[in-house]
Amino acid sequence: MNLQNLMVDSIRQSATNVFSTMLGVELSASEAVVESGTPDSNDGVVSFIGLAGAWVGTGSVSCSPALACRVCSLMLMTDSIAMDEDVLDAVAELTNMIIGNVKNDLEVQLGTLGLSLPTVVFGRNFKTKSAGTTEWTVVRFPWEGETLVVKLCLSPSDKSHSNCHMMGQTCAIDL
Amino acid sequence: MVVDDSAAIRKILQRVLRQTGMAIRSIHEAGDGQEALELLKTQPINLVLTDINMPKMDGIQLLAAMKATPRWHHIPVVMITTEGGESKVSEAVRLGAAGYVRKPFTADQIKEKLAGILEPVPSV
Repeated sequence: MNLQNLMVDSIRQSATNVFSTMLGVELSASEAVVESGTPDSNDGVVSFIGLAGAWVGTGSVSCSPALACRVCSLMLMTDSIAMDEDVLDAVAELTNMIIGNVKNDLEVQLGTLGLSLPTVVFGRNFKTKSAGTTEWTVVRFPWEGETLVVKLCLSPSDKSHSNCHMMGQTCAIDL
Repeated sequence: MVVDDSAAIRKILQRVLRQTGMAIRSIHEAGDGQEALELLKTQPINLVLTDINMPKMDGIQLLAAMKATPRWHHIPVVMITTEGGESKVSEAVRLGAAGYVRKPFTADQIKEKLAGILEPVPSV
């Protein structure tokens, strides 16, 4: 199985498991695509988490404010109707669990990876950019008439490339 | 005491702990290992549920600090984390963690893990 398919399968499995276990929600079939270039402007909530090791990258979860409030309501068993600290925290933890479990799956193929603390952004008409990243694996989950999007980009780190040379090995390069 | 940088997880774990039937006088919260150590100095704490990935001091460092301190080394520490790598689990077990639960978790998984650690209150 290539890395792309592995990432899609892992994101699907992880998101389905986290939603089922923590929110009591069974997610339905998802659409997966690869997106290149600078993403469109965002409205709503985007939560990022970094991955680092022999491979580096970023995972993200994005959704509308209404879905974010729904996540919080189900996770904390409260009635969340406005974007407050609880809602941002719930989305951050959702991201931590979804991408954290994807990381655990990918470590089998890619070696040990570290996970950063999540960062959540809420706003309108904002753009995001991860340095050096051009290709994202994107999985869209329809839920309650809206869409929750999980994205992941990963590439070999420069460090692993230089380590390769330090150990006297020959590196394959793309030209 | 529940130790996690996520307030959401701290709330969920508080709720689960109160459902276990254990004799609980109070539940303290800490957002990282350093805060947890400060609370341990001043509060009578009998059980610690801790995340691993946290700012300032992570859960593995907290566990190591507790096990290296005679007045805290007997307190059971349960790791509750997304970290599923064999190396993290082995390290936690080697340092003396009483249990390891992976996120996402169900309330039943937490209760089951704690059942063997603390005695429930007999019903009257």
